[in-house]
Amino acid sequence: MCLSLPARVLKVEGDMAEVSVGGAVFRAGIQMVEDLRPGDYILLHAGFAIAKMKEDEALETLRLLNEIEASGSGTGKAGPGDDTGGRA
Amino acid sequence: MKYVDEYRNERHVAGLAEMIKREVTREYSFMEVCGGHTAAIHRFGIPSLLPGEVKLLSGPGCPVCVTPARYIDTLVALASHMDITIALFGDLIRVPGTLISPGEAKASGADIRIVLSAHEALDLARSDPQRKVVFAAIGFETTAPGTALTLMQAEKDLVRNFYVLNAHKVMPPAMEMILRQGARIDGFICPGHVAVITGAAAFDFIPQNYGLACAVTGFEPADIMLAVLMLIRQVNLGKPRVEIEYARAVSAGGNTMAGRYMREVFEPEDAEWRGLGILESGGLKIRECYRRFDAGIVFPVDIPEPEADITCICGDILRGVSKPSDCPLFASACTPDHPQGACMVSAEGSCHSFFKYCCHE
Repeated sequence: MCLSLPARVLKVEGDMAEVSVGGAVFRAGIQMVEDLRPGDYILLHAGFAIAKMKEDEALETLRLLNEIEASGSGTGKAGPGDDTGGRA
Repeated sequence: MKYVDEYRNERHVAGLAEMIKREVTREYSFMEVCGGHTAAIHRFGIPSLLPGEVKLLSGPGCPVCVTPARYIDTLVALASHMDITIALFGDLIRVPGTLISPGEAKASGADIRIVLSAHEALDLARSDPQRKVVFAAIGFETTAPGTALTLMQAEKDLVRNFYVLNAHKVMPPAMEMILRQGARIDGFICPGHVAVITGAAAFDFIPQNYGLACAVTGFEPADIMLAVLMLIRQVNLGKPRVEIEYARAVSAGGNTMAGRYMREVFEPEDAEWRGLGILESGGLKIRECYRRFDAGIVFPVDIPEPEADITCICGDILRGVSKPSDCPLFASACTPDHPQGACMVSAEGSCHSFFKYCCHE
């Protein structure tokens, strides 16, 4: 029920889009997201796009994970709480 | 798959495990309140990556699990009408009612169809105007906007044979109830997909009023491990707040359009949560102007009050008081093939996940 998956937008037709989840194609209502174009990624939940995925934030989290991985092998401290993450 | 595989990188997860181990200074208990997190935590073996001092508890996050037996009984009763088609999500088909599940009613000839979305249920109604199609609307803030949009569409298109049996619920009151009952936890792994809609700010009351840590979290192993690290650091620093780990999908303010659709169709109401009782403003009611679609009003059914099963401890499990293995029925009378309680039915239920991934450890 809570399952939502990132899906790539293939085609936009009015209030609906054709989206691909790892190659499986679904129809999604897109009334809750703005400015959707083919190639964008959305979060698909129960037949609706509930969010447009944010590439910059995704990369920022990956940067943080890389930093933690690098410091995991040393004695340094990195990550949330060090003003590098936890944007709220 | 983009936005998934990157967060399953085992080197990242190992780095996080090492960092967590290094920073643990005491015992910690964190609760997740999303069925997706319950399933992911067990599927990815997260507890085995954490030091013994860090305990993860499952709260009331599975919408199927917290749907009262009375709701299932109502669906089954409606399905006995010759001119009614029930459209439901697959998770609901095997949920035991007082006497039978929707799946058993279907096997007896009732017209019950599995759909992937509310708009698919509306399409069913359009395709056969002679039948009355009742969509079983369960789920939290994540799912409710889709139901709202579908009702708005039905109203706009004058579809007069489409109805909704509504049991939508909202998450923050359940978290507050758990805290008021004195749950011994240090923080919440907050539900990422609920927060996509509500915004992370919906959980601000937790650090502000209860002094507990919060991390709004994604569903891949690195997401969950990073959230645990965030929570440990908040506890260690004594500075609880709501952090967003799942920033690729969640903002502080949430999806304002989805919120607007929800408010157009629904208003808050007190609601029964299976295992937890009646929660103040814990559910959503269909507003007066959309009542013609409300199957609970249009098709009143008289069903007896279900008797509580005193041996099943789903309620205690949903509140994080007991573990699935504490239940006398677990893995004996109650299994995924023959579920007795709702926590064993849904793949996101604590008992189901525990049975599938942990009970043979």
